[in-house]
This record gives sequence, structure tokens and C-alpha cells, in this order.
Amino acid sequence: MNRKAVVRGPYVRPMQGWWRRDPFFVRYMAREATALAVLAYAIVLMVGVLRLAQGESAWNRWLDALQTPWSMALHLVLLVAFAVHAKSWFDIMPKTMPMMFAGGRRVAASTITRTGYAATIAASIALFALAWWWQS
Amino acid sequence: MSESIRTIEIQVLRYRPEQEDKPVWQSYTVPFTDDMSVLQGLQHIKDDIDGTLSFRWSCRMAICGSCGMMVNGKPKLSCQTFLRELLPGPVRIEALAHFPIERDLIVSVDEFVKKLEGIKPYIIPKEPRTLAEGEYLQTPEQLALFEQYSSCINCMLCYAACPQYGLDPGFTGPGVLALLHRYNADSRDGGRAERMQILNAEEGVWSCTAVGYCSEVCPKHVDPAHAVNQNKLNSAKDYFLRFLSPKGAQS
Repeated sequence: MNRKAVVRGPYVRPMQGWWRRDPFFVRYMAREATALAVLAYAIVLMVGVLRLAQGESAWNRWLDALQTPWSMALHLVLLVAFAVHAKSWFDIMPKTMPMMFAGGRRVAASTITRTGYAATIAASIALFALAWWWQS
Repeated sequence: MSESIRTIEIQVLRYRPEQEDKPVWQSYTVPFTDDMSVLQGLQHIKDDIDGTLSFRWSCRMAICGSCGMMVNGKPKLSCQTFLRELLPGPVRIEALAHFPIERDLIVSVDEFVKKLEGIKPYIIPKEPRTLAEGEYLQTPEQLALFEQYSSCINCMLCYAACPQYGLDPGFTGPGVLALLHRYNADSRDGGRAERMQILNAEEGVWSCTAVGYCSEVCPKHVDPAHAVNQNKLNSAKDYFLRFLSPKGAQS
């Protein structure tokens, strides 16, 4: 019997473009990419603080700049990106916390995620109400 | 009552190191019935069409963890995945992602086994105990803290789902870290200090970026992403609390 010698040569597959391989990875990359929107808005606010330090006219010009159509469009894009980012973190939040028990039963992951959503919505409504009240 | 034989196309990523430098796709047409798993499809190929096809399997009932492979790009136990769910085909089968392919659907598991041994996957008693002292007692809550992680069957689907492991094979990875947590979270165990060194390392929990796909694909609902990510908190506590503990104190 003709037996071939044992040949070994483990083949390592390339990782190029790995994040396009599965929709789950695309969603993960969306979470990571939208962090840039958080950074961008932190810069917008930081500029506001600097302009405030530079005096009243500088501050007012910054406020005017925020009212331009370009700025409005940017805010809209950032708002959507923030929503995606926040949602994705609340989705993974149960994985980052130690197990919790209530009344001898484990608190379900979906309860933790929904509590996160609810807290965000409540905080957003409270902030809007506060801003509304401040304006009037 | 006779029924006309239905067939499905199964494409397999073949790799025979003595024959080809790179894996190549090969197509087979396989007759199937509604109760046939992907593994049975492969067994049909091996038995009746092409005896050179290599793959691992043992129990056929999702308990041994041998038959993990990529089925249409997703990490699956082939014994637990049915051909009827993949109609009309073709079904594309590839060795588990992120592992070096040894031959056809067989991957190298050496690194995984080494890591698994490294975490000492057994209970290291807190203090020696004689039989006369009787059994250890645990509350249902103490049991719940580790029970799900003890369901791991070492099938490595979570590694095939983890891009961080694919990018850096040095990463301890979801399955082994989940088993590490299984023992650390056990009230009978006293090996925590030893295992924390593996957990705290850069290749430990901190290489995880919380993709979370490992928990999606786990056939045993171990939820390795939970084991890994809750230990980022434990690792941070381990780091900072040493500044607070008195000199010479045991952590």
C-alpha cells in the first residue's frame, strides 16, 4: 500500500474585511464608529466653553453659529448617531454587570436593558422640560 | 409511501496540505431527509461520495463539542444544524473561523487546550478538608453564580465568533475566560489569586472589546461575554484595592 508521508502545514485564513463577514459585526462596528460622534459633540461643547471664556460677543457668535443650517444638519446627524450608540451600549449593559438577584430570582438581561432605555428617556424628558421652563 | 429523493448542494472548503497551498471549495450533491443534520450530510459525503473528506465528530447530540464548523458563515455545531433549515442551498461549510486549518474541516486546537490547562479548570479547595467534615454546602444563589458557565463543552464556537481572537490569537478568549470565571465564582474554590493573573493580563479580559457575538453563538447558553465583561470590573477592583489593603495582606 502506498502511504503518503504525513504533511502538516496549518493554514491561517486572513482577517481582512472581517467586519463585513457578519451583520452582527457590522452592528458592532456601528457602535464603535458612532463613538466618533460622541467625540465630535464633546469638541462642539468644548468650543462653546472656550468661546464663553472669551467674552460675551464671542459667546453670542458661537450661539449664532449653532443656528446655521449646516450646524442644524450636523446636530441631526449627531443625534441619530448618539441614539444608535446609546442603544447599543444598553443592549450590551447586562453583559458588563455582575449577576443581580431580586427576590431570589436572577434579574433578566432584558429587564436591565429596558431599565437603561427607560432611564435615558426619563432623563431626556426631564432635560427638555427643564429647558422649556427656563426659556419661558 | 415513497417520496422522490430530495438533494441539496453542500460546498466544503477543502484543504489538504500535501496537495494544495490554499483551501479550495468543492461541491457535493447530497440526498437528504428532513431529519438530517449537516453532520449527517458530511457523513454521507465521506461514506458514499468522497472518503478523503476529514472532519471531527463524536456524540451527534450537542454534548461533546467536536463538530463545530462554519455553516453558511456562522459558527455552528453541525450535529445541531439541520439541512432542512438551509434550503434551498447551497450550504457552505468551512472549518471554524480564526483557527489554523489542519486539514479540511479540522482546526488546530493546541493553543486552546494549552490555555484551558493554564486556568486550572478544577476546584482548588480553600483549605484541605477531610471526608469526615462532610460535603460543601451552597445556597441556590451561590450555585447560580457559576452554574451556567459550567455548561461549556469546549466546542470553540465562541472563538470562531470573536474577531479579537482572530486578530490576536494570544487573547485567552471567551470560552477559557468563561471557565476561569466558573471556578472563580464558585464559593468552594480558593484558586482565585492564581487565576486573576491570567484574567488581569493584557491577553486576559482587557483584550475583549465587548462584541458580544460569542454569547450569541454559544450552543449551551454559557454567555461567555457576560463572564468576560463582569470580570473587567473584578480586574479593576483587583488593581485598585491593592493600594488600600494593608502591607503584607493577602489579596
